[in-house]
Parts: sequence; C-alpha cells; structure tokens
Amino acid sequence: MSPSLLLLLALGLGLAAWLAARARAWSFRRSAPTVRLSALPAYHGWYVALWVIVPAGLFALIWSAVAPQLVLNSVLSDPAAASLPPFGMQRATILAEARAVATGAAPGVFNPAGRAMVEPFREAIGRFDLIGLAALLVFAFLGGAWAFVRLKPDFAARVKVERAVMAALVLASLVAILTTLGIFLSLVFETSRFFGMVSPVDFLFGTHWAPDPMSRAEVVDGSRYGALPLFWGTIYIGAIIAMLVAIPLGLMSAIYLTQYASPRWRKWLKPTLEILAGVPTVVYGYFAALTVAPLVRDAAQALGVANASSESALAAGLVMGVMIIPFVSSMADDSIAAVPQAMRDGSLAMGATTNETIRRVLIPAALPGIVAGVMLAVSRAIGETMIVVMAAGAAANLSANPLDSMTTVTFQIVAMLTGEGSFDHPATLSAFALGFVLFLVTLALNFVALRVVKRFREAYE
Amino acid sequence: MSEVATTRTPAFEARLKKRYAAERRFRLAGLGAILFSVAVLVFLLGTMTFNGIGGFQRATLSVPVDFDQVGLSLPPGVSDTGAVSRALEGQGLPDLVQFSVERALGKQAAAELNSDAWRLVAEQVAEDPALLQGTHTFDLPVTENFASALAGDGHAELQPLARQLAAQEKLERSFDAGFLTRSDATDPQQVGIWGALKGSILTMIVTLALAFPIGVLAALYLEEYAPRNRWTDLIEVSINNLAAVPSIIFGLLGLALFLGVFPHMRSAPLIGGMTLALMTMPVIVIAGRNAIKAVPPSIRDGAMALGASPVQVVFHHVLPLALPGILTGTIIGMARALGETAPLLMIGMRAFVATPPDGFTNPATVLPVQIFLWSDEIDRGFVERTSAAIIVLLLFLLLMNGVAIYLRNKFEKKW
Repeated sequence: MSPSLLLLLALGLGLAAWLAARARAWSFRRSAPTVRLSALPAYHGWYVALWVIVPAGLFALIWSAVAPQLVLNSVLSDPAAASLPPFGMQRATILAEARAVATGAAPGVFNPAGRAMVEPFREAIGRFDLIGLAALLVFAFLGGAWAFVRLKPDFAARVKVERAVMAALVLASLVAILTTLGIFLSLVFETSRFFGMVSPVDFLFGTHWAPDPMSRAEVVDGSRYGALPLFWGTIYIGAIIAMLVAIPLGLMSAIYLTQYASPRWRKWLKPTLEILAGVPTVVYGYFAALTVAPLVRDAAQALGVANASSESALAAGLVMGVMIIPFVSSMADDSIAAVPQAMRDGSLAMGATTNETIRRVLIPAALPGIVAGVMLAVSRAIGETMIVVMAAGAAANLSANPLDSMTTVTFQIVAMLTGEGSFDHPATLSAFALGFVLFLVTLALNFVALRVVKRFREAYE
Repeated sequence: MSEVATTRTPAFEARLKKRYAAERRFRLAGLGAILFSVAVLVFLLGTMTFNGIGGFQRATLSVPVDFDQVGLSLPPGVSDTGAVSRALEGQGLPDLVQFSVERALGKQAAAELNSDAWRLVAEQVAEDPALLQGTHTFDLPVTENFASALAGDGHAELQPLARQLAAQEKLERSFDAGFLTRSDATDPQQVGIWGALKGSILTMIVTLALAFPIGVLAALYLEEYAPRNRWTDLIEVSINNLAAVPSIIFGLLGLALFLGVFPHMRSAPLIGGMTLALMTMPVIVIAGRNAIKAVPPSIRDGAMALGASPVQVVFHHVLPLALPGILTGTIIGMARALGETAPLLMIGMRAFVATPPDGFTNPATVLPVQIFLWSDEIDRGFVERTSAAIIVLLLFLLLMNGVAIYLRNKFEKKW
C-alpha cells in the first residue's frame, strides 16, 4: 500500500468523521431547541476530524518510512535469503529487482538468484500492507471515538480547534529555525569529521588544492587540501570581475530609471531588466561556456595573448556580473528612493544640475544602502554555482591573470560530491568544509548588510 | 557709480556649457548602462533561439516500406506499444525497414539509417494496425553523423550523398514532435525532454505541497499573532538568512539530512522537492508577509467588532484578501525553484534516466539538470538540443511569470 493511498484513506476517514460529528451537533439542537450550542456545528465537525486525521496521518507518514525496512527484515529472515551473496552492490541489486517484480513494477527478474526472493517479498509486502491498514484504522477509530464521546451542547469545540490552528501556525514558523539549525549542524558535523583527517591550518592556508577521491581514505595527505586558491578564485570571479561589471552598470541603470526615464519608458525598461534576474543560472552557464568564453579567448588571442584558456575566469565573471546587474539595480533603486525628497529639491533649488544633485547629494546620502546592496550582491555572486561549473575551469590557480582558468568553492563542492568517491573519504568531506566556509561568509555578509540597511532606513525616518 | 557685475560672464557661460555637457554625458551613460543590459538579454535569447530552432527539428529519410512483401502480423489482443515493438522485432521488422531504405535510396544511405528507426515504424503500427497491409511512406531518423553532414558540418565523406538525397527531397529536416515526448538517450537524434519535464513537474508538485502551506502559515503567524520577543526575532532572522543562503548549501543539507534518512531515494523527485521546498519557503514567507501587511487594519477591526475570534478574523477575512499577493509571490518562488540546478546536482538528480519517472520515489532528472548534462556532451548534435531544451524551460518560466503579473494586475487592490 503506497504512502499516498494511506494518507488519502486518513483524509477520507476525516471527512466521514467531520460529517458525523456535525450531524451529531445538529441533533443536539433539534432534540432540545432551548439549549444553545457553545460552538457552531461545523466546529464540532472539525474537532473530531482533527482527532481522526492527525493520529492516522502521522501514523501513515511514519509507517511509510518504516515499512520498507520491516519488509526487508522479514524477507531476509526467510530461508531463501540464506543463499544471497554477502553485503554489497550485488545483494542490493538482487533485492531491489525482486521487490520490483513483487510489486508489479518490473515484468521479470533479470538475475536468476532473485527469482527465489520474489515470493517471500510478495508475501511480506502483503502481510505488512494488511498490518499497516489495520493499524491505521485502529488509530483513526480510537482518535475519532475519543473525540466523539466528548461532544456535548456546551462543549467549546471552537476554542479547541483554534488552539490546534495556532499550534500549526507556530510549528510552521519553527520550520525556518529548524532548517537553519539543520544546515548548521549537518555542516558542522561533516566539517568536524573532515578536520579530524586534515588540519584546519592546512585547509585554510594551504596553497595546493589537488584532492584525489580515488586515493586510499586512510592515508590522508593534508598538503593536498589547501583551499586558498579556491577562496582566491571565488573572490576574483565573484567579488572582483563580476562586481566590476555589475556595480557601474547596475548603479547607472538605477539612476537612469529613477531620475531620468519618463514613466512610460520606465514601465517597459524595469521589467525587461528584471527578466535578466529571472533567467535560470544554468542558462547563463551555457551562454558563458558556449558563446562568451570563445569570444573572450578569441579577443585575447587577437590581442596577442598566446595561451588564453577557453575556460577563463573572465568569461565566468562577466556573465555573472550581467546576472547580478538587476539585483544591484533594484537595491540601489530602493536606497535612492529612501533619500528624502527635500534633500533633492534643496540641491536643485540651489542651481545644481540633475547629475550634480545625483552625484553630490543623492549618492552620498544613499551610500550606506548601496554598499549594503553590493554586499548582498557579492554574497549572491560567491554562492553562484552553475555559471562557474560550466564556464570556469577545474584547475586551482593562484593567479591574477583574468584569462587564466580558475576554480571556485562552489565548483569544487560540485566536483567533490558528484564523483564516485565514498562518503568517508576526506575529498568528499572537504566539500562540506567548503560549504561551511561559504555558509559562514554569506551569513556574515547578509547579517552586516541587513543591519546597515536597517540603520540607514532609520536615519531618514 | 559702480557697475552691477553681470552673472553671465563669459567664464560663467563656458562653465555652464561644460556642466550641461557633463549632464548630457551622465544621462547617456545611464541610458547606455540599461541598453547594454537589454542588449545582452537580447543577444542571449537570440543565441538560444538561433541554436534552438534546429533542436526542434531532425533529419529524416522519406522511405516507402512495402509490408505485403513479408507479411507481418500482430498477435491478437496486443495493442501496447512496447508489446507491439517486441512482436514486430521478432518477425523481422528491423530488417524489413533496413532493406526498404536500401532498395529505395541505396546501400550507402541504408548504412546511415538510425538503428532505432524501426521503432518509429512499430509505434505508428501500434497506433494503426491497418498499416501492416500495403506500402506506406515513413519519415525515418538518420545517424548523428549523417544529420551533421546534411547541416554541412563535418563528415565530408557523407556530404555529397546528403546533398544528393536532399536535392531529391528524400532527406530533409522537419519538425520533430518526438522531442517533446521522448526521454534522455545517448544519441542526439533520439533524445527528448519529456522525462526531464515530468521529473520537473513531479518535483514542483512536492515543493508546492510543502512550501506553500508552511510558508503561508508562518507568514500569518509572524504578521498577525507573534508576540514581540526573542523567539520571534530568531524566526525572522532565520527566514531572512535562509532567503539569502546560496542554493548549493540547501543541496548539502538535502544530501546530509534527507539522503541520510532515506538512503534508497537518491535522485527521487520527493527528495528534490523537499530540498527545493526549504529554499522556496522563505520567499513565500517574505512575499506573504508583505501581502498580509497590505490588508488595512479596518478589515480586522470590523470583523473583531462583529464578534469574530482572532483565528476567524485572519482565516475568514485577512487571508482571502491577501491571497492574490501571496499567490504572486508563490509563483515567483516556484519559478526560481523550477530553474534551480545546483542543489539537485548535490542530491544525485544527475543520473542518466531514459524512462520518465512513474512516481515521486522513482529516479528522475529535471529540466535544468538535463540542460546541464547535455551541455557536457561532446557530440555537436547536443548543442542544438540543449538550446531547444533551454527554450522550453524559458517558455515555462515566462508562462509562470506571466500568470504572476496577470494575478497582480487583476487582483491588486489600492485600499
């Protein structure tokens, strides 16, 4: 029985309970017309329905996570399982195949060793389906019965239901904290495992990055895990090249849109600029790799650079900069709009031209907001993955030449985790350490930037 | 009698001229910045369209197949495409197709017929068994090499033949409807995006089912009920930070947490959807809070004055009025999730999946990841296919954003 079917059953029982409880509440009113119900009949319905759906639904969720394991255990205790190969890929394949045949997902077993397993599987699945179904019904019935007998004319069903709603609201907002905590703990846990194998000093200050996922996991060569070239590549591409493109263009776009453009132009130009922000990063990455990188290489060769790489930091940085333009523009837009009109009017009244007003009054006044916007843009650029994965190289170079191939933190995270390495290997774990560094840096940038924006807003309010 | 100094001295005039020139330059620079961005956008979309048009086409040979010659027959009661293909394969359909090409167009052309061409014939027969009588003309795919020779791109030895057949109108590029219904393959002539699209749809369903209710409930709580205390501050800080955490970090969380709990669900839409839901939820919360904030307090006061409880005020009055705004934010968040690649790479949705996923727990890939995988292929044919897949993805995003803008314009109220 599939999880969704169990959940649907729980919901169906809940509907039945809702109808029954509402009818019961109506019957109170009919049997004694003078008695006033303390809650509308529908609230009685909801009260009982919640008592049916919540226990049964929770059980369905837990059961669907546990049942496959129970089925497997039962199959393995079958005599036919004795002839299976020991732990490993082959055993897992045979079992998966037998399960697929037993559930009807596959027409027949490919591996003859699995044929004997089909029948035990079919039998175990049937048995546990029945157990699950019976337990679900028992849970639903117990919950429903417990709630149903409590219904009385003066039962405050609405208060109870509203308390449940409030609990759901609080739980939903706790998800955000739990997610943050989950990210933090999982990164800390895997990172500490990594630092158990490689010293943090080697990792943070080493200049040679060449992890070998195929090497033996017991012999760890800490000198191959120096992440400095990655940090440099990330900063060079995300915080230098991309920002050289995004800051002037984004700022000038925002100034033109807010100060010069007629409302009609603005109505067209602003959404067009926002399309740039909506293009998926994988499309930018493809554009960078297919179109921009060869252009950059050809231009460099025309200028006489002999060994220009086709995976240059410049191409990735340029495209990333274009991607960030709308972001910088909208942040600058907000900051400039927050400057009081009186300052602008004062400057114009003194005879300054528009551009003098913008450069001498508006921008200095809006500077904290713009700087915060740039910090957010940097945090977005250094966390950007697909553009660098597709357009920057894999070679960890500590170089200042934009035409060199460079690699970044995000690129290496993808490279280390999409390979064939085992989960206990330091090369795989290094991805989590890199992720942790990235997480902390973006967190710090965002935290500072949001504080600056907040203080800046308060200054003018 | 002292003369009143005129303001408009020649020096002043010169200075003013300079200042006005600076003004014009500044204005032009601003316009230039915007036009540059627009130009890059047009260039990007133009490149994709230019490359992608070819991706929706494929080269086909027009071949008459004479079925009477061998007398194929379908076993009674078989109508499923897979079963028909197997039955016809057993009766020698592949040889018949190969032979038909050889007779009609020559040995060299037959050698360049795609090895899966007979499946196309089998599919059409499955739809219309009457085809098995008489002679019918089919448009059959060719090999990747021959297709690129037709495009005049490499394979010089095949180009004369390609030109000759094209001149006879036996070989031509035509719209390939199968691109939208097939799944991933190793041969660019045989690939399609349906498998990836279905994976994307399944993943988005999971994301929406998780992120929307949680996001809306959290927004309602924070905006309407939350007391001003340290817990609330913590929740707000978490949400603001989650909205800015790089997407790849969510991938690491999915890998360490979700795949740790469900190790057998690698590359399943369920896990992908859960990961993306965590990423989308803050976007929905932030948009939802703005929409709820925009509902005027008089609505709440009015409901309260008529005796509604706090929960009734919010769920009967505030939420319905804020819903268009919340939906707009949700669609924009979902559009972002649809284009997201990096976190899904982390949880293993990059496997080669040749059949569309049947459920939320089957291995699947999604459209952006499919684009990434194809962009890595060396075969020239994949360039066009990648661009075509990008066009499909962009069309979906355009559609979603269009709906969001429509909702905003239609339901936005100025109180």
